[in-house]
Amino acid sequence: MKTLSWIAAIATLLTATSANAQALAAGAVASEYKWLTFLVFGLIIAATMFVTYLAARRVKSTQQFYAAGRSVTGIQNGWAIAGDYLSAASFLGIAGLISLYGYDGFMYSVGWLVAYITVLLVIAEPCRNIGKYTLGDILAFRNDPKKAKTVAAISTITVSIFYLTAQMVGGGVLVKTLIGIDYEVSVIAVGVLMLAYVVFGGMVATTWVQIIKAVLLVVASLLLVFFTWMPYGFSLPEFLQAAVSDPKVQAQVSKLLGDPATQMSAAELGQRFLEPGLYLKSPIDQISLGLALVFGTAGMPHILMRFFTVPTAKDARVSVLWAMGIIGGFYVLTLFLGLGAAINVGALKISAIDAGGNMAGPLLAQYIGGGENSMLGNLFLAFVAAVAFATIVAVVAGLVLASASAMSHDIWVGVVKGEHATQKEEMYAARVSSIIVGVIAIVVGIAAKGQNVAHLVALAFAVAASSNLPAVLLTLYWKRCNTRGVVLGMSMGALSAIGLVLVSPNMTYPNLVRAINAPLVASAQAKIDALNTQIAGAVDGDARLDPARLDLARLDLEAALQAAVTLRAVSQTKIDQVEGQTRSLVGLEAPLIPLRNPGILSIPIGFLCVLLGSLIGRREKRADDLWEELYVRQNIGLHSEGASAH
Amino acid sequence: MPTSMPDWAAIHADPRFQDLHGRKTRFLWGLMAVSVVFYFLLPIGAGYFPELFKIQVWGPLNIGLLFAFSQFVVAWGIAFIYERRASREFDQLAAELCAHYSGKPA
Repeated sequence: MKTLSWIAAIATLLTATSANAQALAAGAVASEYKWLTFLVFGLIIAATMFVTYLAARRVKSTQQFYAAGRSVTGIQNGWAIAGDYLSAASFLGIAGLISLYGYDGFMYSVGWLVAYITVLLVIAEPCRNIGKYTLGDILAFRNDPKKAKTVAAISTITVSIFYLTAQMVGGGVLVKTLIGIDYEVSVIAVGVLMLAYVVFGGMVATTWVQIIKAVLLVVASLLLVFFTWMPYGFSLPEFLQAAVSDPKVQAQVSKLLGDPATQMSAAELGQRFLEPGLYLKSPIDQISLGLALVFGTAGMPHILMRFFTVPTAKDARVSVLWAMGIIGGFYVLTLFLGLGAAINVGALKISAIDAGGNMAGPLLAQYIGGGENSMLGNLFLAFVAAVAFATIVAVVAGLVLASASAMSHDIWVGVVKGEHATQKEEMYAARVSSIIVGVIAIVVGIAAKGQNVAHLVALAFAVAASSNLPAVLLTLYWKRCNTRGVVLGMSMGALSAIGLVLVSPNMTYPNLVRAINAPLVASAQAKIDALNTQIAGAVDGDARLDPARLDLARLDLEAALQAAVTLRAVSQTKIDQVEGQTRSLVGLEAPLIPLRNPGILSIPIGFLCVLLGSLIGRREKRADDLWEELYVRQNIGLHSEGASAH
Repeated sequence: MPTSMPDWAAIHADPRFQDLHGRKTRFLWGLMAVSVVFYFLLPIGAGYFPELFKIQVWGPLNIGLLFAFSQFVVAWGIAFIYERRASREFDQLAAELCAHYSGKPA
């Protein structure tokens, strides 16, 4: 039975790969070097599959499946947290933002590290001391177990599905852009691989896949930064000077600033790249996003779950310290990756392949290896592509495991079966839940093809910060907190975060889309007409120019024409997509609030509702009675869930 | 599984526990406040005081970039300070209480 399913999983993968081999569309990797990409992908997949095979033999109990037998060391868990957390958005997205917008991209990356201070100081150790497998276990400690577990599971699944969708869509687009595999095929490949890890290897395999991925990611980034920085003698001012005096960087700033740029010198334009304001226009939105990160990370179910895999609270602390070192170090490197790509590849080329800049890191790798037509360049590109793929699979595996645990451990065993289930039954439920979540992820990933899902990551953090964090924090630290408060706070926190996004500028407003894109189409059309006239003139020939120069001038004009045609097509597509519509998804003609990130409003709502719910009405006996036990246990770790005996 | 549960109320009332709890509370929430305030100075500074962030101090290196780098140093610093205090002081106090109330010799 088990061998059969193994073979089925591998067969699916193989057919997926060979189908691609036949239908190689255009990707960033040159066709004659595709085999290199598949070789590197194959090696990484083989390594993770081997680990899964070893893990599958160990995973015999629920404690193994959900918490890797609590036998992961602090250092291992630190790497696994980094592997769980550093998504493709951070690896490719932030380097891309820096390559296109300079300083603002880097500022964006700081919050992702600072978030771990909250995890370290107030969440990791107490949760390890009183928790078992899930967020629901922590909340059920002194609140009504069935109600707490239900609301915790709903919140866990909501947060995970938002985050999963963003990862699946991002992953599909990424693999398609890099190697030209069909979008649907790559979404299925990510889904099937991740399911193989989770279903057979549970937390043990997931942990090791995350460790392998984190190590690969760090090694790849260090190598790239080493070769990028080396020509400048590892001097920071010289490297920055190279960025600000680069004509491509100056041209990009001039393009971003528009008219005001005509008043600035080339040196001023370059320096502007290292100053704030090219990308992030609204400080309040920025603060709101920062709040969601700083308070949301500590409420992310797949991050919380990692603290149950270590034997003691001290190991939980050590794992956060390692994670902070790895994650912080990685985010410092993104500055060099981004600026390196801006200097060596150029914003024009980066945004031509992907408007969001996601290809900055991979293209930098290709450049460092020797460029588009070199074997080494394509090997580097293939390596970075494979690391990006591993990145997505590892993050997705963590998320699926977290939501499957909420379904099986909290809902099925905790609520439906009233805690009466054998180990064997619960293991079965956990595996079935994983498959359900995995299939949902694949279906949603394919259904959301072509949608802009970037804001779903921010929404996932906002929901976690407004719903999970207030409930966990107040359950742990506030005596009066009770079930009513937790249920009210979690539901209102999540609903307000989602509701605010539904009426925010993140949604598509057809009238606004037309208002923005119609002038763009018109101006592109005017440019096309002008260029066509010029090209016609050039063909008729200017007798005074020699033919070679005439050809060059024509090539330039035709390149400019091509760019204008692309620009017109992009804007026209956006208009076509909203044809015949006047209202957004929730029936609005224009956004109700100017905020893209709801955190600044929804986090206080979440906290306030826990407070109000707890204070209004009768006191709850169970919450009061268990307070002393909870408070003592979360502080000193007496009676915490131990490691499994080997 | 242990046959009897420890007397949680007694531990909670124990002056040693109250002492540990008091020290931890002040230290943790103090550090937390410092880190949150310091972090939000970054978006606030970038959004409302861009002229300050633009001042160049070493070639193209400006105050904004230095401040962003300092965020990493401060985050690591806070983690380091917490780890030292926790492993030297809090862990030991907790271990003493655990040993005392679980019946095993300290």
